[in-house]
Order: sequence, then C-alpha cells, then structure tokens
Amino acid sequence: MKKFLAILLAAMLVFTLAACGGNSEETTTSDENTSQEATDIDYSSVKVGYIFLHDPTDSTYDKNFQNAVDEVKEKLGLKDEQILVRSGIPETEECKDTALELVDEGCNVIFADSFGHEQFIMEAAKECPEVAFYHATGTSASTSGIENFHNAFASIYEGRYLAGIAAGMKINEMIEKGEIKAEDAKIGYVGAFPYAEVISGYTSFFLGARSVCESATMEVKYTNSWFDEAAERTQAIALIDDGCILISQHADSPGAPRACEERKVPNVAYNVNTIDLGPTTAIISSKINWAPYMEMIIKAAATGEKVDTDWCGTIATGSVELTELNKDVAAEGTQEAIDKAIEEFKAGTLKVFDCSKFTVDGKHLETYTEAYGLEGQECIATENGVTFFNESSIISAPYFGIIIDGITAVENA
Amino acid sequence: MSKPDTHHEPLIRITKNVGMPMWKAWLVRIAAVVIALVVCAGFIVILTRINPFEFYKVMIRGNFGTKRKIWSMLQNLAMMLCVALALTPAYKMRFWNIGAEGQVLMGAAATTFLMIHLGNSLNPWILIPLMAIVSMICSAVWAVIPAIFKAYFNTNETLFTLMMNYVATQFVAFLITFWEGQKGSNTVGIINGTTQGGWLPTIGGQKYLFNILIVFALTVFMYIYLKYSKHGYEISVVGESENTARYIGINVKKVIIRTVALSGAICGIAGLLLVAGSGHTISTETAGGRGFTAIMVSWLAKFNPLVMILTSFIVVFFERGASEIATAFGLNVKMADILTGIILFFIIGSEFFINYKVHFRSRHTEGGNK
Repeated sequence: MKKFLAILLAAMLVFTLAACGGNSEETTTSDENTSQEATDIDYSSVKVGYIFLHDPTDSTYDKNFQNAVDEVKEKLGLKDEQILVRSGIPETEECKDTALELVDEGCNVIFADSFGHEQFIMEAAKECPEVAFYHATGTSASTSGIENFHNAFASIYEGRYLAGIAAGMKINEMIEKGEIKAEDAKIGYVGAFPYAEVISGYTSFFLGARSVCESATMEVKYTNSWFDEAAERTQAIALIDDGCILISQHADSPGAPRACEERKVPNVAYNVNTIDLGPTTAIISSKINWAPYMEMIIKAAATGEKVDTDWCGTIATGSVELTELNKDVAAEGTQEAIDKAIEEFKAGTLKVFDCSKFTVDGKHLETYTEAYGLEGQECIATENGVTFFNESSIISAPYFGIIIDGITAVENA
Repeated sequence: MSKPDTHHEPLIRITKNVGMPMWKAWLVRIAAVVIALVVCAGFIVILTRINPFEFYKVMIRGNFGTKRKIWSMLQNLAMMLCVALALTPAYKMRFWNIGAEGQVLMGAAATTFLMIHLGNSLNPWILIPLMAIVSMICSAVWAVIPAIFKAYFNTNETLFTLMMNYVATQFVAFLITFWEGQKGSNTVGIINGTTQGGWLPTIGGQKYLFNILIVFALTVFMYIYLKYSKHGYEISVVGESENTARYIGINVKKVIIRTVALSGAICGIAGLLLVAGSGHTISTETAGGRGFTAIMVSWLAKFNPLVMILTSFIVVFFERGASEIATAFGLNVKMADILTGIILFFIIGSEFFINYKVHFRSRHTEGGNK
C-alpha cells in the first residue's frame, strides 16, 4: 500500500514535468499575426511601461486602463514586448522603483494610473529626463516644471452628468408607475475618498439626475478605499436600507453593482459595463476611454512630437463615453435624452456646473477661489450667457470640491 | 473473517523525534524548499505552459536581474530582518508578540510627525537622533501595554498584541487625515520632497545602504545580547520556566516588560527606516505585512539572529520572485501570494518532519488484517 502510494506520487510528478516539457514550444510563436496597420509612423522604437495600482482582473478602474492598452496595441500593431505592465503597484517608494526598473528594461514611455502614484512618478521623471512620464488623474504637472512629466484626465463630469440623466429618467419612471413617491426620490452614492475627484463625480451625476427629476436628493457614503469589495457592498446596502432607490458609485470593485442586483435596486456604474453583473438592475456606465490619450503619447514617442503637459480629454476627443444602455432596465426615451444633452455639450449651451442650477448653503455661487491647489484662482466663468463652475479647465484633474444643497455626505460613516 | 489476535496498529503513527542531527534537519529543510519549487513550477507550467526552467530563471531575474533589483531586494531583506530581530527577544521569552505590524506603524507615525513638524527647521544632526529616540519610545510604549497586562494580570499576549495592530492601523488612518496633501485624498505624498528634511543620509549614492548597515549592526547587537549578556540569559530562563526564573531570583515581571519594550523599540527603528530611510511617506500599509511574516522568519531561524539573515533572504527572495513570475507571465498579482503561500507551506511543513517521526504500519500487520 505504502509503496503503491509512493509510486503513484512519483508518477504524478514525472507526468507534470513531462507535460511541461512537451508543451513549451507552442508558446513561442503566438504574436505573429497581429493586424499590421499600414501607417507611415514607425513604432518599433517605442516601449511603454504601465504602472497599475491594482490588478486589472480584479479592479474595474485598472481594467479600464488595460482595455485601452489592448485597444491601442492592436490598432498600432505593437508587439507584446513593446508593452510592459506592472500591476498591483502601491502608492509608495515601490512605485518609483518600478518606474525606474521599467526604464532599465528599455521603456521610453511610462504611464501610471493612480492619484497617489504622482509624486513617485515625478521623482522618477527627475532622475530620467530622457524618458516621457505620464500620470493619470494627477494635479501637479502644470506647476512642477518637470519637462518630461505630464498629467491627463478627461471631462468625466460630463459623462457622469449623462449617466445622471439616465438615472433621473429611471426615477421618473418609478414615480410614474407609483413604485415610489416623488419626495422619496433619494439616490445613494458610494464614494471612495472625500476629495474633489469623487465630489466632482457625484455632484455632476446628481445634477444630471436632477435635470430630469426635480425632486431628486442624494446621500453619499464613503469607503475610504479605492478597492474594498466588502466595504462597497456594505455601504451600498446601508444606503438601500436608508431608503435610497437608485445607487451609483465611484470605487473600483464590483461590490455595489452586485449588492444592487441582489436587492433589485437600479444601479449606474463607472468605467465598465456592468450588465453581466446586474442584468436586471444595471442601467448604464459612464467611462473614461483612455485609448485616444494612449495612442497620442505612443505616437509622440515615435515622432518626437510634444504632448500637452496637462491634457484633458472630452466627449469630442472620444475620451468620455457611455457604455451600452441596458434597454431592459432603462426608462423609455433615455437614449434620446442623452443624445440631446451631448449635442448641447458640443454646442456649448449646456454646462454641467451651471451656477443657476445648484445652490451652496442656499446661495448661488458667484465666485470661487478656494479650489485645492488653485487657491486664489477664479473657477467661475461665463460663456454663451451661462455662468458656471469651470471644471477641469485650469488643470485637467477635477477641482470641484463643494458639497451642494440636496446632497448629504457623511464622512467616515 | 476472524480478527487476528495481534494488537491493532494504526496506519500512521507519529512520535516525537528527539535529537535529529543538525545536518539532517537542514537536509530536510533544503528538501522542502526544493519540493516547494518543483510544485510551484508545476503549478505555473500547467497554467501557462511555459518551460519549467524559464520559471526558475524569472525567479532569479526578479531578485538579481539588475543592480536596482539587487538593491531593492537587499532593502526588503533588511526590513524583514529588522522586524524579525525585533520579535526575537520576546519570542525567546515565549512572549508571543504578534503586534509588530502595529508597533512598526507607531514608530513610522512618530517619525512622520517629526519630519513634518521639525523636518525643515531642525539641524539633521539633532533631528535624526531625535526621530530615532522618539519612534523607539512610541513603539516601545505600544508594545509594553500588553506586556504590563501580561506581567501583572497574566492576560493572553497573543490576542492582546494582535488587537493592538488594528488600533494602530486606525490611529495612523486618523493621523493621515491631518497630513494628507489634498483633503480627503488619503495620500500624504513625499514628505519634505524638496528639502529632504529628516531623510536618512544616502551613502555613496545608494539610498538603501544606510538602512542595510543599520540593520546589520542591529543583527550583530542582537546576537551578542541574546547569547552573551546577562539580559539574554534571563530571557532564556524566563522562557524555559517562569518558576525556575523566580527560584533563582530573577524578577520575572521586570524581565517581561524590559524585553517587550526592547522588542517594541526595534520595531520603532523599522518604522523609522521605512519612513525616513526609504518610503518618505506614510500609509496604513507602511509595515506591509512584515509584522506577520517576520514571525515566521524568526521562528524558522530558531531565534538565532545570524540564521535570520538566511531565513529573511529565503522569504524575501520567494516573495519577490513570485511577484516577478506573476508579471512576466501575465498572471493576476494574487498569483504571487499563492506561490508564496505554497512555498511557505512546505518550509513550515518541513519543521513537522524534523520534530516528529512518522511510522507507517508495517507490511506484516497489514497482511494480518486481511
């Protein structure tokens, strides 16, 4: 008996090893048939290193970047070895070390995706002036004076406003059907951290919803983490128990959409299509499409062109998008309402943070000079007869950090 | 079928194995590492169908591939070793301090506080020793709280120190709300990035060398302290038997509190090195789980500080190698945790085969049962 077991184990071990040996040749030639687009630009000198905070297979935020990487890689016909991805890189010295390691491995373009990576990327940029560094969501490039360091973001507040319209339409439908009363139209929002990027996001979403459903109010709860599935789920459920009839979120795990599907509460998501997670509850997602920017920086590396130090993508550049509308859940006429708003954005007649549409402590904003990092600079502008908070124009990262009337945000609840 | 009248012997019998020679014990450990590596490679090969030799190559490349990688491996080794050294005196006394994570964080918080408030005004020759002293005191106080309860009320130190970790983590999260750059962003950023106030010195352009030297000195100190000092002797006696210690006139309460304070103080040094010597920032992740992994590092080295250099290296090497494998083969980063888990499972498992003998039922009696 003992011998038999021993032989069996030994045999298993041998087979495992043999199996590996046999299959090893297959792997070498897999990336030959990528679509070679006929372009004039030679990309062979470009090698891009990506630094992601979490693993794209877990986090929807990083997944959104990974999707853009894959799309651009295919479009420009880049080879596997021209793209290096390092995921799960924390916002510590490890970020700088990783960036420098990528440079060691021959990368001439480095891109990092998380807010807290910024200062470490700036340090790396100072050490390697010949390499171009790009950082998404950061705030410092325009004032840092480091020539090879860039920030980028997109006017995602417009996307969130559009998603807010879809939410508002859904709430109106619920009111019409008699499922809820107009005064119970409370939206729940699960946010990550209580700072401008998140506040700007939920405020624009709320303003979108209120543009179609006047009685809408919103309650915000924070998780104090960008990725904490349990906390996002808990906060979503707490909001539902608190009487919220529709949930949206700005955090990176599937926690909130899953909780919504369980409780059969409609959900508006961010960055990825969540219809699979919530076939009967997911309405739509707003997302930043990073592909146009990534294509731009790779082209710049190949041609030696300059990229704006601080770049903000828009609906027009293809950087702000909505994912597929879930027709089974969305209210009738949603698509038309969204399309109409997009036209108005393009024409410049509609502004998300139109000062006449919201109040702070009962008053309409006339001047605002206290945005973080932009102290003393006027954030209120007037165009086409509309006075509005000029989000993402002084720097690309959002700086609307004001809690407006109608929104209750409880820090560390 | 009638039962034979032989006594019933179980299929597997385990007996305590006393006196396995040193060389044999190490042979078992090496075998465990080898088997662990084969299993890990097999696992990755099944998933990715790569050549198994590639697996080992990537693992080595992850640690030694470039000069930068070697330095960063040495820095990780030094930090792991530092926390393991901190735990060792307490463990030798059989005081199971599993609160190193929190103790390191308290030291890190103290260092951060001084860097932010005095970093740009105080002379570094005064500031840095002050940072070292204050962070050691803060961590020592944090560690001594459970020690006092243990010494006077005989509370369970394992649970107590563990719980103190969570308190420390939340405390640091709270402090970050005062230190963060943009309010609510939870990011402290690089402290004194332009002035480098309170940063530990770089030696010969190597930013990690100072840390490594400090930890090396600490290792030598701890070896001598435990082996040749009176304190070290008292620690082993209290660890063997508190009653014996009392009988020969050792003040047990004093030894417990003093030793745990030392344990905490060294955690404070780890906190100092992590903030002022490398990260130059703080987050609730600053200790990075080292407080827990170090338990194993110290235990595997049988509380011998010199052997701990080797055990820290093994743990750091595998952690880094596993993470390189995850990136190189496009696997989820959690795969690195799985691989590390497999390797540690084998390494810890090998201790069982060193401490116990396994007897299988002999063929003769097996036949008798048919």
